[in-house]
Amino acid sequence: MEALIASAIAVLGSCGIYLVLRERTFTVILGLALLAISVNLFLLSMGRVAPGHAPVIEEGIELVSYVDPLPQAVVLTAIVIGFAMMAFVVVLSISAHFVTGTDHLDGEEQSP
Amino acid sequence: MTVLLIVLLPFIGVLLPVVVQRYGRLAATLAAGVPTLVAFALLMSLAPSVLAGEVLVQSTSWVPALGLSVGLRVDGLGFLFALLILGIGLLVIQYAYYYLSEEDPAGRFFSYLLLFMGAMLGVVLSENVLLMALFWEVTSLSSFLLIGYWSQKRAARQGARMALTITGLGGLSLFAGLVILGNIVGSYELTEILASGDQIVAHDWYLPMLILVLVGAFTKSAQFPFHFWLPNAMTAPTPVSAYLHSATMVKAGVFLLARLHPALSGGDAWFYLVGGVGITTMCFAAYVAFYRHDLKGLLAYSTISHLGMITALFGFGTAGAAVVGVFHIMNHAAFKASLFMSAGIIDHETGSRDIRVLGNLRRVMPYTMVLVFLGAAAMAGIPLLNGFLSKELFLKETLTVPLMAGTPWLIPVVATAGAVFSMAYSVRLVHGVFFEEAQGKTPKEGHDPSVGMLLPVAILVAICVAVGVAPQWTAAPLLAAGAQSVIGGELPSYSLSLWHGFTMELLMSAIAIVGGVVVYTQRARLYAFAERVWPGLTGKAVFEKTIELVVGAAARLTALLETGSLQRYLALLFAMALAAGALPFMQYGFVSGSQELAPTNPVAIAVWALLIVAALATVFTHRHRISAIICLSVVGLLISIVFVYLSAPDLALTQLSVEVVTVLLLLLALFVLPKVSPVEGSPLRKTRDIGLAALGGLGMGAISWAVMTRPQDSISQFYLENATYPVGGGTNVVNVILVDFRGFDTFGEVAVLILAAFGICTMLRYANHTFVEGVLDTADDRYPVVLVSASRPLLALILLMAIFIFLRGHYLPGGGFIGGLVASVALIMQYLASGIDWANERMRLNFRSVAVVGMLIAMVAGSVAFLMDLPFLTMTLLGFTIPLVGESDFVMTLLFDLGIFLAVVGSTMTILSELSHMQEDKEPYDRETRAEEADPWKP
Repeated sequence: MEALIASAIAVLGSCGIYLVLRERTFTVILGLALLAISVNLFLLSMGRVAPGHAPVIEEGIELVSYVDPLPQAVVLTAIVIGFAMMAFVVVLSISAHFVTGTDHLDGEEQSP
Repeated sequence: MTVLLIVLLPFIGVLLPVVVQRYGRLAATLAAGVPTLVAFALLMSLAPSVLAGEVLVQSTSWVPALGLSVGLRVDGLGFLFALLILGIGLLVIQYAYYYLSEEDPAGRFFSYLLLFMGAMLGVVLSENVLLMALFWEVTSLSSFLLIGYWSQKRAARQGARMALTITGLGGLSLFAGLVILGNIVGSYELTEILASGDQIVAHDWYLPMLILVLVGAFTKSAQFPFHFWLPNAMTAPTPVSAYLHSATMVKAGVFLLARLHPALSGGDAWFYLVGGVGITTMCFAAYVAFYRHDLKGLLAYSTISHLGMITALFGFGTAGAAVVGVFHIMNHAAFKASLFMSAGIIDHETGSRDIRVLGNLRRVMPYTMVLVFLGAAAMAGIPLLNGFLSKELFLKETLTVPLMAGTPWLIPVVATAGAVFSMAYSVRLVHGVFFEEAQGKTPKEGHDPSVGMLLPVAILVAICVAVGVAPQWTAAPLLAAGAQSVIGGELPSYSLSLWHGFTMELLMSAIAIVGGVVVYTQRARLYAFAERVWPGLTGKAVFEKTIELVVGAAARLTALLETGSLQRYLALLFAMALAAGALPFMQYGFVSGSQELAPTNPVAIAVWALLIVAALATVFTHRHRISAIICLSVVGLLISIVFVYLSAPDLALTQLSVEVVTVLLLLLALFVLPKVSPVEGSPLRKTRDIGLAALGGLGMGAISWAVMTRPQDSISQFYLENATYPVGGGTNVVNVILVDFRGFDTFGEVAVLILAAFGICTMLRYANHTFVEGVLDTADDRYPVVLVSASRPLLALILLMAIFIFLRGHYLPGGGFIGGLVASVALIMQYLASGIDWANERMRLNFRSVAVVGMLIAMVAGSVAFLMDLPFLTMTLLGFTIPLVGESDFVMTLLFDLGIFLAVVGSTMTILSELSHMQEDKEPYDRETRAEEADPWKP
């Protein structure tokens, strides 16, 4: 199970970084979204993988058999902040498009 | 307490002069004078115990981890310096009142002066050397402000910059040296440092430490080769020169030598470095001073020369020489401050400070002449004045320098040569200004200034005479106390009397006086000689060249890195992150842990495979943007399944709802942005990016693998144990953490969300929509009937669902965040299905206000704790019960969560509706309506 998670993080992260390094603002945003997902998964993995463990406290379950709640709280925050950032970047790219007339990352079309 | 107050008083009063300057120059002067006077009185109250040899030390721990404490220490040396700083400070304040003109902002001047005074007191009264270094830097900064006071003058700005650069760099060097020193001793407290002289000198790091500390001292005290900033700092107003450049700041360097004398002076390197630099500076600067035509320039070089003499005395390393060094510090401060003030008076009354232009002023400025004459005589070392005593003792010390046994004549000869020129420029100062026929005409007809301006000078000159005539009755106790703390042991026997019989030093003094007069009579020839032979290599030129080179190199480096290409920056950023992440791998290698792995199953493998495929598909379809969005949304949905599988139901719910909103957002962006990306980018760049991406992803995977295969030691046990009653009061631990344990994080996070929403509003409102052609072409498709009729009844259902999710959050998966996102989805669906006009007509809510109200509710819920004297956002410790509602803590957390709920709905809706609003904007660009709409607070 751990191998699956780690490899998923690696692939998502790679795809994200590659897209972030592309030329167009929109592609960069797509890359950021992938990268954010990968990082969230990474953060969650810091609490170890515990499928089947209880997330909500119930009578009669020992404390050790709960899943680690702290990374979850952190990731929840990260998801929402990630959304806020993404919305901001989207609008930034739109405004940049208005101003420069191009969606190239450097603000002008590159001569080939 | 008294000591602390002495240091703090100038800082406390620092803003006062600026505040009261509207009531005139006198008010500002008083505002500076009163704190100084009080501090002076407090210092005087300490005099009996300090003069009796007591050392007052008080220390309070500040940053113990760094060895930093607020420790103050008053011993003889500190007292002597504090007396100089406050005493001369008072005189300078009075002098400045008359000196400054009506146009000068007097408040600013006196504020800077107080700032400097406080910093200087801090330097001389610090017990902790790191604290001293801190104050040392403040003296550099405040002297920069003072030198550049007339900031409209180019020369003043240049001089201030140069002084700051040199003394600031010296301060950094000193700081490094003191850190090494502290590590050698194991403490930054002076008491311990002074007691471990042998240990310091024997240490391997003694020499590097010594050099670093000395660079600090030499830059501050304008010792060769760092001397050149001082003459250039003469662009400062004269009160500043009298205060900083004769009595106090430049003395900080020699103060440091005196202060650390017991700890550092044991090594031979001390003698060669300090003694060598001191004697060189003394002789060289005395020679240069003779050729300066500017009054203040002459005095500046003279100061450098006298500081060189003091440095040399401490450099000799003997107890006797150190006593003389302390004595000359006192004497020099008195006569040089008086001379600077006199120079200022002459400049003030005649409009010129050029000795060639000035002349024959004895008739118009008789009182000034008397004061200058006495001050200059003290400077030259004429009997019956204080300068004579210390100069003669200095000459005596040169005869017995221990380490010069091979060439015992060298130092005495050099010292006498310096004394000759010292006499020569002193004669020139008096004769050239008051007796010689002027070669030009001064801008103003000079006359003696008012008594108030002469008074500070007269007081200083009176001190010079009193000490010179009767040293035993005046300076002796202060000198004994000061010297005691420099030597750190028994005081050697020394005699302060005027007459020691016919001795070698008396002969040297006589040679200096006669020789000085002879040199002065030959001045015409010497000036002609200097015209021909003057070294082109000056400190100033070297400094400017160096600065030019550094700035040039920095500009080239900036041009190399700052190309303006964001793409390039991003690549560099990732490369740097990669390098930083790779370093530990290189250092420690990669070892996976031995933790037992969790079992896997076919469903998990299937989800994993889909996830990989969807991620890769996003990359491969990224040119066709709508397809890429679809692939990305598949990734998001699969991730929420992964969250479910990993027992994180809250995350799954959040991810799911965020995913919906994100897809909407990206689709809205494509209204404006092109729908396809062109094929571009060289293969080389693609290869580079693939390399970077692969390595980065691999690194992330590898780290998470390494962590996951190791046993966990988490602090979460605390949260699990305390989540339920009596502390947390909920069973959904994630939600309890968010609204209770880490409520402040959540609060900040919601603020970020709202800020993003407002930022977006502002950006869109100022954007010129019509700039890009084709943006406004909106589709005329009809809204699909099925979607319209399905979405309307769904609205109520989903909103109900959102409230349900929100309410149960504390006990079961859910909460304000998720509920808020779900509600937003419900609302935004109406926009999608029925169009913006239709939705806007029915939703008369201003979502920006909703967001703000949510934030306020969260704030109120958090602030309730204040009523019970508890920290912000303490929720569950409130044990009171409200009738019909129940336990109050539950209400408080729910209220806080409600705030979050509203803030999330408000922000999300603001973001999305702003974006979708854009395409409705068919009006041509009109500056006025745009400006009106640009007010984001308008409903």
